[in-house]
Amino acid sequence: MMKQATASQIRVVTLKINDRDVTAREDETILQVARENGIRIPSLCYVEGLSVWGACRLCMVEFAGDHRLVAACSTRAAEGMEVLTHTDRLRRYRRMIVELLFAERNHVCAVCVSNGRCELQNLATECGVDHVRVPYRTAVYHVDASHDWFRVDHNRCVLCTRCVRVCDEIEGAHTWDLMGRGMNCQVITDLHKPWGESKSCTGCGKCVQLCPTGALVRHGTSAGEMERDADFLPYLSRMRHAE
Amino acid sequence: MQLDELNELATKVQQAQQACDHVVRVCMAASCQSSGAAAVLESLRSKTGDCQHVCVHGAGCMGLCAAGPLVEVSQRGRAETVLYQHVTADDADDLLAHLGGPVIQRLHCPTDIPFFARQQKIVLENSGIIDPEQIDHYIAAEGYQALVTALTEMSPAEVLREVDASGLRGRGGGGYPAALKWATVAKMPGEQKFVICNADEGDPGAFMDRAVLESDPHRVIEGMALAAYAVGASHGFVYVRAEYPLAIERLTTAIRQATKYGLLGSNICDTRFSFDIEIRLGAGAFVCGEETALMASIEGGRGQPRPRPPYPAQSGLWGYPTLINNVETLANIPPILRRGGAWFATIGTEKSKGTKVFALAGRICNTGLIEVPMGITLRDIVFTIGGGVPDAARFKAVQTGGPSGGCLPEQFLDLPVDYDTLRQVGSIMGSGGMIVMDQTSSMVDVARYFMEFCMDESCGKCIPCRAGTHQMHELLAKIARGQGTCRDLALLEELCEVVSAMSLCGLGQTAPNPVLSTLRHFREEYLVKLQDRDTAAAPVDAPETAS
Repeated sequence: MMKQATASQIRVVTLKINDRDVTAREDETILQVARENGIRIPSLCYVEGLSVWGACRLCMVEFAGDHRLVAACSTRAAEGMEVLTHTDRLRRYRRMIVELLFAERNHVCAVCVSNGRCELQNLATECGVDHVRVPYRTAVYHVDASHDWFRVDHNRCVLCTRCVRVCDEIEGAHTWDLMGRGMNCQVITDLHKPWGESKSCTGCGKCVQLCPTGALVRHGTSAGEMERDADFLPYLSRMRHAE
Repeated sequence: MQLDELNELATKVQQAQQACDHVVRVCMAASCQSSGAAAVLESLRSKTGDCQHVCVHGAGCMGLCAAGPLVEVSQRGRAETVLYQHVTADDADDLLAHLGGPVIQRLHCPTDIPFFARQQKIVLENSGIIDPEQIDHYIAAEGYQALVTALTEMSPAEVLREVDASGLRGRGGGGYPAALKWATVAKMPGEQKFVICNADEGDPGAFMDRAVLESDPHRVIEGMALAAYAVGASHGFVYVRAEYPLAIERLTTAIRQATKYGLLGSNICDTRFSFDIEIRLGAGAFVCGEETALMASIEGGRGQPRPRPPYPAQSGLWGYPTLINNVETLANIPPILRRGGAWFATIGTEKSKGTKVFALAGRICNTGLIEVPMGITLRDIVFTIGGGVPDAARFKAVQTGGPSGGCLPEQFLDLPVDYDTLRQVGSIMGSGGMIVMDQTSSMVDVARYFMEFCMDESCGKCIPCRAGTHQMHELLAKIARGQGTCRDLALLEELCEVVSAMSLCGLGQTAPNPVLSTLRHFREEYLVKLQDRDTAAAPVDAPETAS
């Protein structure tokens, strides 16, 4: 969570996003400012109300002038900044990243419970991914359906760690974490115990509500039936982090 | 301890050393130990026993690892020493019998060869001479003079000024000006600050930091204490990889000895300055050499990087301002303080000052550790100092900078070695690993090897590095097998661009470098392996799989 400066210290800055003049508090990130002003920057791991993870790299933006790329989610607005969000280069890079995600694990939309309501699917549409140029990995991951109400399908996981963060930062249970590295990276419950045997899981289901794909779902959902509701997050986050 | 006490101790140790007629030093660094140096030392010790005229002690790396175990013999009153190579325990009698007499020709290793003559030692000045396990040896070699002088006679700002005047740049690879980093930490408000020594050396073929820690650990401790004094830190960590057991052992001994002498701990030299050092062991993750991942690991978390800014200088360990320097950077600090920043700045090139330690490996005659002034040419390093390629094979390329660097062909051998020149031609200085390859090496295989390394070492946090290195590795393997197409090559180049531009940390950002540099300088090697090399390049965007 990016700490907000105390009221007396906050300054307001002006910057340009896609040639549009906007104002921002200097403790806001470029992504926050862009969203306030209705400028859409693709993102996957970022969720308002959770700590900044900075891993999906989809929200990378370019500084006009020196063409430097920075992640909009983890870079604060500064006076005189000139940010470009959709240069040709960025479009090309984002498309490749989404393709890499599709090729990494099994993301066959037609049989997925999240079909039609999936953030990865939406990103593919947004970034113009009509086919995947890199070879599919076709690795098989297991499905853990041991929990009474929920199921985790690692084949659909994009490792955005929203589940890890919401469980730790909002619920305070820290049931989820990561294990392995590189392509062997995986989200786990407790110390890699089946979810159903987890002693720390409170069964609150916040992780399921925040999952962007069909990796974390409720039992009893079939293709296209998984609906999610993350409306609880802004309020709980505010309460959690209220000084 | 005060300066006069330190000097007194130094004189006492020097006198004791001069009481010996002959000093026999056995290289006890990891490389010589693996070829049997411990047995040599044991045998020499048992044969000399309590003899007052001959001192036998272990020493640090003598450099020419290819000729180990190495033994150096010196005689009182004579400046020149005799170096013996490939010594075995059975040679001990012979060696002792020839003390003061003629040189044993069959073991003699000439030291007038360029390998020794062309080096200039600052970081390694004590390496191979002092016993790394005895603090007295370091003190006798002017050790801790700089620290005690700085604490008692200089302000932190004056220490910083000397480092600034030296023009020292970070030796870990990036080449960031050391004084600038120090000044940032020094200017940060707050009582609690940290100093970290990055000893998580992970580049394949690189062993500079290991050698410094094994040969002269007190130098790193003194450098850290000086850094802590300059920036206002009171606590330090050495993050060293667990694969360096000997370095860890000697560093632990050194910290204990320095604490006992009051050179670490509370109120050092009766001043208000307190500093202690803890060792943290890395568990075999290359990415933990990246500073934010390293700090996460020290904090007890998963070793993976986080976005910068904030930089460690602003918000580092547990959120406090933290100075992170590489082993070799810190090892340069005591001589800079002792002899002055201006002296250091006379060595090297305009923008890269001082010397650099390189680990020579691969197809080169004189495998080992060298220290040369910045600005020396690659040709001098590979052919003059390194002795060229063995078995009359032809030189093909030299790889610098490990998995973040690149391969340079013969035409660049006359370039001066400094941070900026190497970057211009598609490689980097890196931490100092130098791997020489001859004509038998396939550059596609080299690129594939380094990509496999990056793929295995990717932490898995950001997508471009996690999935991109995997895809690039698969493409390189396919091309190396002779099954690649022009389309694969184009895709590989596109992936290189995306991964280097979009990755979160240095590991991903530089992972494509070995591919890019081999493509730049050895493109034809890729082309001949392509299946459809004779046909025109197919468009990259040809649909293969429908989503």
